Amino acid sequence: MLLVVVLAALSSARPASGQEIAVAAAADLKFAMGELAANFEKQTGNKVNVTYGSSGNFFSQIQNGAPFDLFFSADLEYAKKLEAGGQAEPGTLYNYAVGRIVIWMPPGTKVDLNAQGMNALLDSAIRKIAIANPVHAPYGRAAVAALKKAGIYEKVEPKLVYGENISQAAQFVQSGNAQAGFIALSLAISPAMKDSGEMWLIPAELHPPIEQAAVVVRNSQKKEAAKAFLEYIKSAAGKAVMDRYGFTTPPASEVKRKAA
Amino acid sequence: MMAGPLLLSLKLAAVVALLLLVVGVPAAYWLAFSRWRGKFLLESVVALPLVLPPTVLGYYALMSMGPRGPLGKLWIAFFGHGLAFTFGGLVLASVLYSLPFTVQPLTAAFGSVDRKLLDASAVLGAGKLRTFWRVILPLSIPGVVTAVVLSFAHTVGEFGVVLMVGGNLAGVTRTASIAVYDDVQALDYAAANQTALVLLLISFAVLCAVYGMNRRVWKLWPAS
Repeated sequence: MLLVVVLAALSSARPASGQEIAVAAAADLKFAMGELAANFEKQTGNKVNVTYGSSGNFFSQIQNGAPFDLFFSADLEYAKKLEAGGQAEPGTLYNYAVGRIVIWMPPGTKVDLNAQGMNALLDSAIRKIAIANPVHAPYGRAAVAALKKAGIYEKVEPKLVYGENISQAAQFVQSGNAQAGFIALSLAISPAMKDSGEMWLIPAELHPPIEQAAVVVRNSQKKEAAKAFLEYIKSAAGKAVMDRYGFTTPPASEVKRKAA
Repeated sequence: MMAGPLLLSLKLAAVVALLLLVVGVPAAYWLAFSRWRGKFLLESVVALPLVLPPTVLGYYALMSMGPRGPLGKLWIAFFGHGLAFTFGGLVLASVLYSLPFTVQPLTAAFGSVDRKLLDASAVLGAGKLRTFWRVILPLSIPGVVTAVVLSFAHTVGEFGVVLMVGGNLAGVTRTASIAVYDDVQALDYAAANQTALVLLLISFAVLCAVYGMNRRVWKLWPAS
């Protein structure tokens, strides 16, 4: 009986189909990845299991042999380090998107965010501003860079409180403990937050690009399926989903350059 | 060096252990001597932080400290600012978190005092308060020390609750356990090692003190 099942499974296994891949994804992908995975599953019959978390945690875990097939890091550096350390499959590093940050406030804040933009943070009604920890979170670093570029970092710094990641920065604002926060655009336009506050998109030139990158994990037993998923992310359909969730995807030419 | 976060952890733990002693002694006295049938309810409440995940406590703390939460409203009315991201907020959350580590050893110590001594004290005309100060407390010193040391150590070891309501402010809410986490996240293993090692040594020393005392290796109270 068991033999029959095994044989049936073997015979129906075409390359990169009917497999289950484990994906480690940065928390900012929470909503985009759900749709991407569902589309890919429908197209190929492969299954995608996504775990969301901090890129730094995933980095350490993969370095120590965590059984992930594919890693989407919110920080290009982690992907590069895995590649340099030989834990990433050579040639698979792909800059899948550039993240954007917004200032987010709950509704009814007595500050005109749209008119004032970043200067709204100087208002005395804004007592605490939540950002992701710039020490290790790329979105936090971008927030600090933008504040510095705008010349208001010194004035705003005493108001800053640090979340472990952008999700926690969002929690601090949603719970009312902070009056404003810097969060990822992808989170701000997600179903969970879209209608519960107002946002102001920070101009991309105010901070270094938040480059995000994916790699296939070297130890993966399902590299073909993992590569197929990555190909889908690179495709026009995959990019359209990313764009819709607030990521800026690279133009086609850049894909070629990075893949080469 | 990571002296700042370590000092903050020690300061937080000292304040919390002291506050818990003030709150814990009457609570433990009541738990040890009350004959009310519903006592188990309060015992359960006191023990809750032992079994609750820190995330649950942290979540409730974050929500209740906000301007829409009951605690936050009260605090803002008195002090004009919120409770989250402040040292006071951490103290409050830690008092709840470490409550059983004070109350349970105290209750056990008070309850194990020989009832005949209490009766003798009463017969000799001492009131309840006098009996407590002159008989129960001196006989419970090991329990008191255990309570203080354990609540102190448990507060030093606190992580989840602080992570959820602290906001990671240097000198205010960035405790040693948070600093270790930050350093590991930032891949600064050297800094993480330093702080982690100190925490390990503190924890070991504290447990040695408690266990050594329970075995009466050290005489911290007058021999009877």
